[in-house]
Amino acid sequence: MASTEIMTVNMGPQHPSTHGVLRLVVELDGEIVQKVTPHIGYLHRGVEKLSEHRTYHQTIPLTDRLDYLAPLSNNLGYVLAVEKLLGIEVPERAQTIRVILAELTRLKSHLVWIATHALDIGAMTVFLYAFREREKVMDLYEKISGARMTSSYFRVGGLSREVYDGFEKDVREIVDTFPGHFDTYEGLLTKNTIWLQRTIGNGVISAEDAIDYGITGPALRGSGVDWDLRRDNPYSGYEKYKFQVPVGQNCDTFDRYKVRMTEMREAVKIIKQALDSLKPGPILADAPQVCYPPKENVYNTIEGLIHHFKIASEGFPVPEGEVYQSVEAPKGELGYYIVSDGGTRPYRMRIRPPSFVNLGAIEKMAKGAMIADLVAIIGTLDIVLGEIDR
Amino acid sequence: MIMPLLKGLGITLSHLFKKPVTLQYPDEMPEVAPRFRGLHALNISHDKAKCVACYLCPTVCPAKCIKVEAGEDENHNKYAAEYEIDMLRCIFCGYCVEACPVDAVRMTQTFELANYKRADFVFTKDRLLEKK
Repeated sequence: MASTEIMTVNMGPQHPSTHGVLRLVVELDGEIVQKVTPHIGYLHRGVEKLSEHRTYHQTIPLTDRLDYLAPLSNNLGYVLAVEKLLGIEVPERAQTIRVILAELTRLKSHLVWIATHALDIGAMTVFLYAFREREKVMDLYEKISGARMTSSYFRVGGLSREVYDGFEKDVREIVDTFPGHFDTYEGLLTKNTIWLQRTIGNGVISAEDAIDYGITGPALRGSGVDWDLRRDNPYSGYEKYKFQVPVGQNCDTFDRYKVRMTEMREAVKIIKQALDSLKPGPILADAPQVCYPPKENVYNTIEGLIHHFKIASEGFPVPEGEVYQSVEAPKGELGYYIVSDGGTRPYRMRIRPPSFVNLGAIEKMAKGAMIADLVAIIGTLDIVLGEIDR
Repeated sequence: MIMPLLKGLGITLSHLFKKPVTLQYPDEMPEVAPRFRGLHALNISHDKAKCVACYLCPTVCPAKCIKVEAGEDENHNKYAAEYEIDMLRCIFCGYCVEACPVDAVRMTQTFELANYKRADFVFTKDRLLEKK
């Protein structure tokens, strides 16, 4: 009988299918994965610590750079947390625009997921098509906020500026054309034998284990746990919209694929409902101690100028206390825990990134899998290192 | 088993007859949105920079990339004797524009900022004024 030896292989940090600078130390018995140890921290920028030296306003651009594939979801979670601490009510129009953009962000993030996941498994066509559609959302981002990725569009109390003329038309065009594109991806993948063989039965994690590991988002729902913060703990007016929360049964990569594909279709439905309910109105809360005054007042009145100077130079104090606010980001539960000592800067900000927690389950999911299936497992977890390392 | 693969092939083939979406940069330039946050420019009024050196932009800048030095002109008015932006530190968040109380700074559609030397990335007042 031939003697076998466990081989340790280093995968990453520069590896195309680790979706960033993730390093995995894999212990292999032949082609079978015995153990996977993720090594993280290559992209650590110290966002949590940096925020302690920035005002609440200046922290918003930092949050863009967490999950850089879904910047507006990060902005949303952060501003909601600060608003909760301040006790500010955001006007309905701002809330609705936030929902529209958060769902567009979900589309954008899931398009990158389907693209890279399919590319890892070998379907390059889907990658090209999905990036083509993602460009549409990026163009909208650029038109509305001025940047394709680091949007910094939301502000504490509302939005940084009114949407541009023709925003509704552009969003309608996206929601009208995207379901057809989803059909294209599904046409290429859903019944494709190679795709099925690579995904069915791959990366299985039971509902119980998924909860124990703290997995959230589509990865949790793929394991059959019916949990979505948008429905179960609504924020920013999500309770007004009707949508289905897709749930898988077989806890494998294919079910997570189905869940995310359905989620994109549901996101389109939410955007449609939000667009129909979009009414003119203010986009900033009636909170003069927090929000910048309108520019006309700054240019033309001395009161407006003083007001503007006060907020720009000092920031705004946030009452002493602590708060946790989480949102259903495209990758799972993104939470912000902010402690305030009554000053204009966070005393402590802790971010609960979904990818970080989801990555913890990789050892469980990959044990006993083939080395080639490991890339499929990384893809199905949909991780972003920007938010894991922060 | 073979049918789904043929269907997929049909989808790919149908794309052969569609117009390509690739933009042939740099031969073709992309259409940049009016709100785009690119290279900064200092606004001019009455042949002078509008900036009054109030120091709000260096204060709100999260990256601390703006350097302003105030001076006094012949009419005893405060003006920016020096105004520098370090583009290597700038994160293009647009907070300086948002904070400016006299509409003195704006962001242009210029996005090609590559250069050869580190010093070339420090945009002095003259270079920022050039943009008109």
